[in-house]
Amino acid sequence: MVIRFIAVALIVVLFWIGTRRMRMIPGRGQSLLEMAVGFVQSNIADGALGKVDGKRFMPILASMFFMVLAMNLTGIVPGLNLAGTSVIGVPLVLALVAYVAFIYAGIKKQGGNFFKASLFPAGVPWYLYIVVTPIEFLSTFILRPVTLALRLLMNMVAGHMLLVLCFSATHFFLFTAGGFFGLFGIGTLAFGFIFTIFEILVAVLQAYVFTFLTAVYIQLALVEEH
Amino acid sequence: MLTAILAAATEGESPNPLIPEIYDIVWSLVCFAVILFFFWKKFLPALTKTLDARSEAIEGGIKKAEIAQAEAAEALEQYKTQLAEGRAEAAKIREQARLEGTAIVNELKEQATIEAARITVNAQATIEAERQAALVSLRTEVGSMAIDLASGVIGQSLSDDKKSSALVDQFLADLEASEKAKAKK
Repeated sequence: MVIRFIAVALIVVLFWIGTRRMRMIPGRGQSLLEMAVGFVQSNIADGALGKVDGKRFMPILASMFFMVLAMNLTGIVPGLNLAGTSVIGVPLVLALVAYVAFIYAGIKKQGGNFFKASLFPAGVPWYLYIVVTPIEFLSTFILRPVTLALRLLMNMVAGHMLLVLCFSATHFFLFTAGGFFGLFGIGTLAFGFIFTIFEILVAVLQAYVFTFLTAVYIQLALVEEH
Repeated sequence: MLTAILAAATEGESPNPLIPEIYDIVWSLVCFAVILFFFWKKFLPALTKTLDARSEAIEGGIKKAEIAQAEAAEALEQYKTQLAEGRAEAAKIREQARLEGTAIVNELKEQATIEAARITVNAQATIEAERQAALVSLRTEVGSMAIDLASGVIGQSLSDDKKSSALVDQFLADLEASEKAKAKK
């Protein structure tokens, strides 16, 4: 829990400092900040939702992205060493937020017709609804949040496990086993290093994937038929 | 054996990682709410404002530059027009000056001609007068000389003789008349 508070505090402080003195001609820090937000804005929000809806859902998507990113990155920060997202709470909450967001978007746009459109896709013969409707229901209203949460959680858990394995093995080989096994220790240390770098990539990627899927779900809820 | 390890693992301490604890959910929600609040109310509006202001400034700058360019073009055009006007004016003045110069020269020429004519007339008048005077004096002289000569020949004075002087005058008049007739011819 402390790890998460640190991550939240980090985000808030960073953006507070970044946006406190916004200048017309940006300095390095401001440029970096604008680049990060611009990435979410253009690649995720505008990319999936278009300009108008992208602007509407930007706050929720940006919060999601930076929260996931910060909490993923805590997994490789020495001293914290545990990703905030590798415990079910955060992924689940964020998945629920995404769930609520896309259902809200759908109802706001199409009213009760949203559920009908989602569950009974147009252009399908009526007798196929017997098969299609349960599948649609399952995939749209149950599997989406579950997969969102589990994908993030498992990625982070697996990364954490890998790092733990590599570093504890290194420790074991170097100090407990000793002698000839020290060579293995070097190998496992190298793997640990590689996986640490890999984890940075995974952290960014998972934050992107999570946010982008949320945006796509919202977009799917917004279109009339799919 | 595997099942035994699994059983031990689950029995031991780690609960199922997929079953969330209540505190976990609550605090995660709090985290998200905090982040969402700041992004929604503070960071994104600030960023948007700055970005809008920047694009506006850039557009304004472009517009300003365009205006300046247009002004410069206008000034150039004006300058060119003025230059052309100046050239035309200069040409006009030169032309006028040339005309005036010709007029002055002509006038002077005319004056000179008139003056020359006047001088010629004067000279002719003088000559005529002198000739007349010379003629008169010559006539008297010739008369007296002829009388003197005649008196010398005759041997007596004829000077106060009215008849002789009339004779002389008559002779001279005849001479003159014959001269004139000759000239006429």
